[in-house]
Amino acid sequence: MAISPSSNAAERIWHYAYLAICALVFIFLIAPILLVVPLSFNAEPYFTITERMLTFDPAGYSLRWYDTLLTQGMQRPDAARDWAWWLDAWRHSAWILAAKNSLIIGFFSTALATVLGTVAALGMSRPEMPYRRAIMAMLISPMIVPIIITATGLFFFYSKVGLANSYLGIILAHATLGIPFVIITVTATLSGFDHSLTRAGASLGASPTTVFRRITVPLILPGIIAGALFAFVTSFDEVVVVLFVAAHDQQTIPRQMWNGIREQISPAILAMATILVFFSISLLTAIELLRRRSERLRGVSRG
Amino acid sequence: MTVTRDPALKSALKKSQQRARRRAFLLVLPLLAFVFISFVVPIAMMLHRSAHNSAFAENMPQLTAWFAANPEVRQPDETAYAALVADLQLAATARTAGVVGTRVNYEVSGSRSLFTSAGRKVGELEPPFAESLPALNRSWASPQLWSAMRNVSQSYTANFYLAALDLARDTDGNIISAPADRQVYVSLFVRTLVLSFTITCICLLLGFPVAHLLATLPLRKSNLLMILVLLPFWTSLLVRTTAWIAILQEQGVFNSMLVGLGILSDSGRLSLAYNQTGTIIAMTHILLPFMILPLYSVMRTINPSYVRAARSLGASSWVAFRRIYLPQTLPGIGAGSLLVFILAVGYYITPALVGGASGQLISNLIAFHMQNSLNWSLAAALAALLLAVIALLYWLYDRLVGIDKMKLA
Repeated sequence: MAISPSSNAAERIWHYAYLAICALVFIFLIAPILLVVPLSFNAEPYFTITERMLTFDPAGYSLRWYDTLLTQGMQRPDAARDWAWWLDAWRHSAWILAAKNSLIIGFFSTALATVLGTVAALGMSRPEMPYRRAIMAMLISPMIVPIIITATGLFFFYSKVGLANSYLGIILAHATLGIPFVIITVTATLSGFDHSLTRAGASLGASPTTVFRRITVPLILPGIIAGALFAFVTSFDEVVVVLFVAAHDQQTIPRQMWNGIREQISPAILAMATILVFFSISLLTAIELLRRRSERLRGVSRG
Repeated sequence: MTVTRDPALKSALKKSQQRARRRAFLLVLPLLAFVFISFVVPIAMMLHRSAHNSAFAENMPQLTAWFAANPEVRQPDETAYAALVADLQLAATARTAGVVGTRVNYEVSGSRSLFTSAGRKVGELEPPFAESLPALNRSWASPQLWSAMRNVSQSYTANFYLAALDLARDTDGNIISAPADRQVYVSLFVRTLVLSFTITCICLLLGFPVAHLLATLPLRKSNLLMILVLLPFWTSLLVRTTAWIAILQEQGVFNSMLVGLGILSDSGRLSLAYNQTGTIIAMTHILLPFMILPLYSVMRTINPSYVRAARSLGASSWVAFRRIYLPQTLPGIGAGSLLVFILAVGYYITPALVGGASGQLISNLIAFHMQNSLNWSLAAALAALLLAVIALLYWLYDRLVGIDKMKLA
């Protein structure tokens, strides 16, 4: 709907209105996320931009909520900040413990989802795969079925087989939730895969494993990594299953945030949120770089 | 294609095809087994739970046996009372009177305390029990209680589904609508569907122009703007929900801004969080990328020369848009709307945190019954009904869009 010389006045007005609408929607999308950042540096325990913040008075800003993130749960938070204090933080700070749990669960569930998902995607993208549609529907369903239903089912299942309150239970559940993302990204990469490359490798005397290792894996690696990142983010952001099947002392970052929002909402939550926003910005950058690399590898664009 | 007449070649070909099929299937098998155990089995257990509750039959064996032996007898006799007293004694020693009482309580309120208090005194009772037990509490002779006990003595039951649909059984076993104060579930299902539909429509209205802009701009510019869509998509759900609480609550950023600008008075702050409005705004924000991305990928493929041709043939820009452009975007509209609707219907976290009382959806009630009221069978029945809705939508999505067409940014 670009403006052309033949446009009349009404069309011009509509065109600018359309651009304004788009701008407003973009602001709606991005403003809440960016707003979290200044709010987390608030010197006051409020959820608003104070007047002192608006005038850029340094007294209006502080790092106190980031400090709270560290000290919450520590045994001697007011001691002098020497190595013993940092050791105390590493061992007892509630948010650091939650971060450790989240990273451990995220790592193992991602590894499981990525390995199983990649191997399955290789099978799914073969033209001779039987019952492809039905199987695909089943493998994708953990993404579609509401998380509350999955969590309810897992609660019944785990209390029966004794996986409740265990790390293994959470890891298996999170792997299940991450699998659809791995399947989707890896099959998407494989759909643009030039199979004559593997035939060329085989005709030059490479064994199937060598072909897989030296030709297939390097070419689909961007897809695998993208899928793994999706799976990791899914686990890193998942709270409902953890609430249903984890023990009370198995805290994760989203669970800490959930509790924080429900009980005493303080700007410390916003400090954590800011850290997570920067985490997602770096993830987005990684994905974008991978996409470019994938396009270059496949020769889609040489720009 | 030439038709092969050679039978040996034909069977060799068939064999090699079978081998290829088997090989492909073997690659998928580990994951299939994993998803089956970690996902399908739990869901199946949940479905079983929704139609099966043996709390009464397990802990009240003699009375259950009497009910089974006397299917037609409406008036309990002395043997029935004796069985009941024996079972109550058993339950009292095994400390399960509360469990049994809770199960009966789902049908007749007030039964839990009836069972726990009887469990404490039942040891001192003398026969005939048909007189001594009702002397303890008149409710033990009520036909309503006996019909409820007969009802719950059957482990396999549709009662939880009836309860989930605001229905109940009267003393003769006929299905009637539940008492007015217990009718919450149907209206909550309706509210969930209406809210999801509203959110889907808002997402479509907001997402359509943005997707169109992204699809028509040169790639370099649109990639830059795309970051504004993808960053929310990649940001933690809890972060986005927290942000909306910070913005929408009465002392939050939005209200303070309006008060600061003099648009609102300090006492007239809008209540935007902890109600339906909060749920709609926050969920629209969270689901909007799921609308924009499918729309964008369809719009990108639309050839602009069709619209140009229509314009050169004299169509106004509105006619060209409505008759030429819009029909070509329908696959994207269908895919995006269905995806957003499916995700909205089952949403839990955001309504739980910003929804207050009026913004709760069906998922929140399932969680309530799982964690607070501990009526797990009812929670499972509600979840099963929700699952049926989702399965229908998922099937529709597969038919219209195709699951394998699903893309992630």
